[in-house]
Amino acid sequence: MSFLNYLISGISLGSIYAIIALGYTMVYGIAKMLNFAHGDVIMVGAYICFYSVSRFGLPAPVGVLAAVLVCTALGIVVERLAYKPLRAAPSLAVLITAIGVSYFLQNAALLLWTSNPKVFPNFFAAKKADGTVITGIDLAGGQLTISYVTIVTIAACVIIMLALTWFTGNTKMGKAMRACSEDKGAAQLMGIDVNSTISVTFAIGSGLAAIAGVLLCSAYPNLVPTTGSMPGIKAFTAAVFGGIGSIPGALLGGILLGVLEIFAKAYISTQLSDAIVFAALIVVLLVKPSGLLGKPIREKV
Amino acid sequence: MEPILKVDDINVYYGSIHAIKGISFEVYEGEIVTLIGANGAGKSTTLNTISGLLHSKTGSVTFLGESLGKVPSHKIVSKGLALVPEGRRIFSQMTVQENLEMGAYTRASSAVAADLDMVYSHFPRLKERYRQVAGTLSGGEQQMLAMGRALMSGPKLLMMDEPSMGLAPILVEEIFSIIQSLHKNGATILLVEQNAQAALSIADRGYVLETGKVVLSGTGAELLASPAIKKAYLGG
Repeated sequence: MSFLNYLISGISLGSIYAIIALGYTMVYGIAKMLNFAHGDVIMVGAYICFYSVSRFGLPAPVGVLAAVLVCTALGIVVERLAYKPLRAAPSLAVLITAIGVSYFLQNAALLLWTSNPKVFPNFFAAKKADGTVITGIDLAGGQLTISYVTIVTIAACVIIMLALTWFTGNTKMGKAMRACSEDKGAAQLMGIDVNSTISVTFAIGSGLAAIAGVLLCSAYPNLVPTTGSMPGIKAFTAAVFGGIGSIPGALLGGILLGVLEIFAKAYISTQLSDAIVFAALIVVLLVKPSGLLGKPIREKV
Repeated sequence: MEPILKVDDINVYYGSIHAIKGISFEVYEGEIVTLIGANGAGKSTTLNTISGLLHSKTGSVTFLGESLGKVPSHKIVSKGLALVPEGRRIFSQMTVQENLEMGAYTRASSAVAADLDMVYSHFPRLKERYRQVAGTLSGGEQQMLAMGRALMSGPKLLMMDEPSMGLAPILVEEIFSIIQSLHKNGATILLVEQNAQAALSIADRGYVLETGKVVLSGTGAELLASPAIKKAYLGG
């Protein structure tokens, strides 16, 4: 039974990684850059939601919506101010800028919201008539517990994946995004505005990061300015694991990484779990450098 | 009659390299005009400048009476100017039909269905493969797709950059006969080719480029008959 418990929490954690990884993978696919500030957008989303709900007393869905809107705007602004001027610059300059944006966001959060940890409220709890709070469903006579957060997280991940797959496959904007990811010059010849397509990509990725932030802090309620950085790196790993640039790859990489991390914690060592996760990444990259579902990059001769 | 495209004394640089040194030419409605010349003569650079992918330092490009100098690249196609780029540059992970839809990106969806039929009638092989991923097509089919994709924008001038590149002789013939049939249906075409013989034999007029300059111009027949052209480009 404990195996099933671990598996379910692994899938749940992996779902959060997958949602974050989507942001990395979409931005990489279209702008061909690694947005290392993506993890910190998660943190900003979590803070916005926390303040809306715990301080201003807004209902939880409004708090989540506020987080999504603020992060979407933040993603667009960061892209315009920090990355757009570097469109023609070498990728190393863009990478360093992204790391700079990451530290900027963390330190801005430190100034605004201090380093005191905030306890994120659990939105996914029901009160019984007698006043006891239940946060999940007990199965198999109490041996297997599935929390509401877990159910919502996995459901959110599935819905987001289906929605994005539909969006990129069926809408004009989605197809334009795929065209830009293949060949920006040819996309321009078709009349596609590459800059606004990149903005939309950042907007979608950052909006998803806000949702991931809320889900992450609902499961692990300790919110500090560096909350986003480790999950951000893990999700980046998940994106590379699954094949960066590929949407199903982000899902597969995220889930595998989450399950691996929870199993490593449960059966091997809590301290070593991160080392094991990153060792697995190294092994995958040695065997299949383009990731599990990635397409090999052909050098043009 | 006013030319539909007028290129006037453009100068294009790659860094410090002066690639186009004052090229001028015109294209009139209903014509096939060809730019021929060896590798590095500046043929593709000229087309890329007209499409806004590159910018001219001086001189002007006028299309249907409007200067294209300040128009961003992605706005050019909706003015009626479509480029079939060198090396085809189709979206290889998208299906044939999606590639064609991208060609019509700037147009209202009501116009797309009729044009899709028009493109499929010119290229029946694309119709057979409309759901196939474009990267799995043969070289000739990819060239047809790139041409069909450009036609989907409803262009008033179709520019083609080396459509015969890398194709077997039989396919080159097929591509050129399609170009002629497009021309018969009223299309105006600016064709860049290394295959001077094939290009000049279907062109109304031609310009010969050498190291960034126009060195010779005339009707297709005149250029084909010119001893200098015979010697330099047609193997004696």
